[in-house]
Amino acid sequence: MTALKDNSYLQMDLLRFTTAGSVDDGKSTLIGRLLYDTKSIFEDQLDAIEESSLKRGDSYVNLALLTDGLRAEREQGITIDVAYRYFATPKRKFIIADTPGHIQYTRNMVTGASTANLAIILIDARHGVVEQTCRHSFIASLLQIKHIVVCVNKMDLVDFKEEVFEKIKKDYSEFSSSLSVPDIHFIPISALLGDNVVDVSENMPWYKGGTLLYTLENVNISGDLNYQDARFPVQWVIRPQSNEFHDFRGYAGRIEGGTFNVGDEVVVLPSGFTSKIKSIEMLNEQFQQAFSPMSVTMTLENEIDISRGDMLVKKDNPPKVSQDIELMICWLNEKKLQVGGKYLVKHTTKEVKCMIKEIKYKVDINTLNKKEEDLTIGLNDIGKILIRTSNPLFVDDYNKNRFTGSLIIIDEFTNETLGAGMIL
Amino acid sequence: MTNYNLTHLKQLESEAIYIMREVAAQFEKPVLLFSGGKDSIVMVHLAQKAFFPAKIPFPLLHIDTGHNFVETLDFRDEMVERVGARLIVRLVQDSIDKGRAVEEKGPNPSRNGLQTITLLDALEEFKFDAAFGGGRRDEEKARAKERFFSHRDEFGQWDPKNQRPELWNLFNGKKQIGEHFRVFPLSNWTEMDVWQYIAQEQIPIPYIYFTHQREVVNRNGTLLSKCDFITLLKDEFYEQKQIRFRTIGDMTCTGAVESSANSLEEIIEEIAASRVTERGTRADDKRSEAAMEDRKKQGYF
Repeated sequence: MTALKDNSYLQMDLLRFTTAGSVDDGKSTLIGRLLYDTKSIFEDQLDAIEESSLKRGDSYVNLALLTDGLRAEREQGITIDVAYRYFATPKRKFIIADTPGHIQYTRNMVTGASTANLAIILIDARHGVVEQTCRHSFIASLLQIKHIVVCVNKMDLVDFKEEVFEKIKKDYSEFSSSLSVPDIHFIPISALLGDNVVDVSENMPWYKGGTLLYTLENVNISGDLNYQDARFPVQWVIRPQSNEFHDFRGYAGRIEGGTFNVGDEVVVLPSGFTSKIKSIEMLNEQFQQAFSPMSVTMTLENEIDISRGDMLVKKDNPPKVSQDIELMICWLNEKKLQVGGKYLVKHTTKEVKCMIKEIKYKVDINTLNKKEEDLTIGLNDIGKILIRTSNPLFVDDYNKNRFTGSLIIIDEFTNETLGAGMIL
Repeated sequence: MTNYNLTHLKQLESEAIYIMREVAAQFEKPVLLFSGGKDSIVMVHLAQKAFFPAKIPFPLLHIDTGHNFVETLDFRDEMVERVGARLIVRLVQDSIDKGRAVEEKGPNPSRNGLQTITLLDALEEFKFDAAFGGGRRDEEKARAKERFFSHRDEFGQWDPKNQRPELWNLFNGKKQIGEHFRVFPLSNWTEMDVWQYIAQEQIPIPYIYFTHQREVVNRNGTLLSKCDFITLLKDEFYEQKQIRFRTIGDMTCTGAVESSANSLEEIIEEIAASRVTERGTRADDKRSEAAMEDRKKQGYF
């Protein structure tokens, strides 16, 4: 095969972001605009939604129909579930987790935010910071999203006035100082007209910052993952049982934190055995070093008993090994969380049983206040709880590592995913 | 300082391999649904990577409609031989002969919908509890709401309004007896990602993805290849064109595109400039607005 003429895509990286908002603040219009202006909507898709819009009697091409994929959603004009959308520029590929703002917003926002690097928070320029703005920002912060882009939308409806934008920026900054989001950007836009979405606005010469797309393309995410604390949960043990690879024993998994080098001394949890990394490989490739979030196969110098659910770490930097775990839980199911109830827990590649020991408090997600008098946790509620697990888990604080710091709670009988936990 | 950034293709690859290993670990009897198209070829490549130097720890299952491009079948057999995989083939024709399925009427009867019957029968026959599909969320709007681990009830049905939330990289594959999962490792890939990955990894694909001369008939704007399963209507005629296929499915519903793209880089350029989605060439999706959703609910791929 000849060399590729334009292989710039071999340098592209990936940004996952989430958008949250209600029907009225122009979220669908904004996504539609991003997709349309980056040429990610195709003619047949546009034809199809034009036809549906006509059928529904909409007076304009309803870009929400692009994301509302299910029949029930189109019939009712609502978004039921997280929808994923994709677009790319020569610099980056983008994955949008588009979450509905009204129905089950917490459940859906938490799901969308759990894998996102960045959140777009939309504010209607006419209304400023409202309850929903705070709720969305709180969830983004709780899920440890490191970058927020506040889009002050509908600037066309406030005559593109700088004072309006500055006032909202000030209000939001005051509120957000209590959140743990290190990187916040503000952009005045009109999603409907396209101002500052992909193209620079001619209506707001006073704004000197980048457009939304420029910001999405250039936000620095290289420091978002944890490269300090080496964590390798074993997913699967590779034993070929063939003549050629008779003694091969490889540990397959994804590096969920830090870096591993060939020759590094590693400790296996829970056994505590130590060994050295003999090779890090993948098909015909050999790596000297591997880092998060690479999926690799590792071999060790010594033959020791290792199975799925074990974790390879470095001696001087182990995770917390504990059966009593405190976490923030987001409840995703109509059946309420039961104190004293027994559930299954999935954490990294490990599965254990747990008992709910205590609900410490519930969070009012609009005001961020702790509610210690109301200790029921039901659908879409967030609270701090204490659990005890049947076996020790190897955990980090969620704010240090999203992957070794998160777990899900599963119903033993119905197998449903009931809750999402962030370890404190 | 070292740069720890992974390219988008490396991240997508890592994610897909992670999913495949989770399935191997969480399920007793997984299977990879192999259609002969580029997405399932990419999946086989990923499966090799995930488990090397061991063989792929699950078989491939091809639901053969009998309406395949002969090139697809040749390629399939050659590939299975090369990677040392186990291949199971189940024929839609057998389902029809047994009276389990009834052939459509019309000038190009599609066996697309009938595949679901043969597929569900095959899953039950072998007691497969997880089936990998090459579906991508960018392909079709109903797929945009699909999970990586997609739960199916004992009738093989999908309930899009009642899906398990998926957070972080924690996938819940728990199920009752008789239920199964469909798993989509390529969920986050786009058509462009697939082509770029094929180019990066130099994965062999059937030649009909590249430009060639072929006799086609233009039916409602779709260029269908000449074959035994299509009856020409009045005023229709076959003509020789320089074409290639952007997707490969049944001959009765896979439309060709006029193209001179002769290499992977030319295909990538062509797709970058294209203003139509790849499913735009598929007659099976044009039957109604919710055609894909309806088929998926029944147990389609």
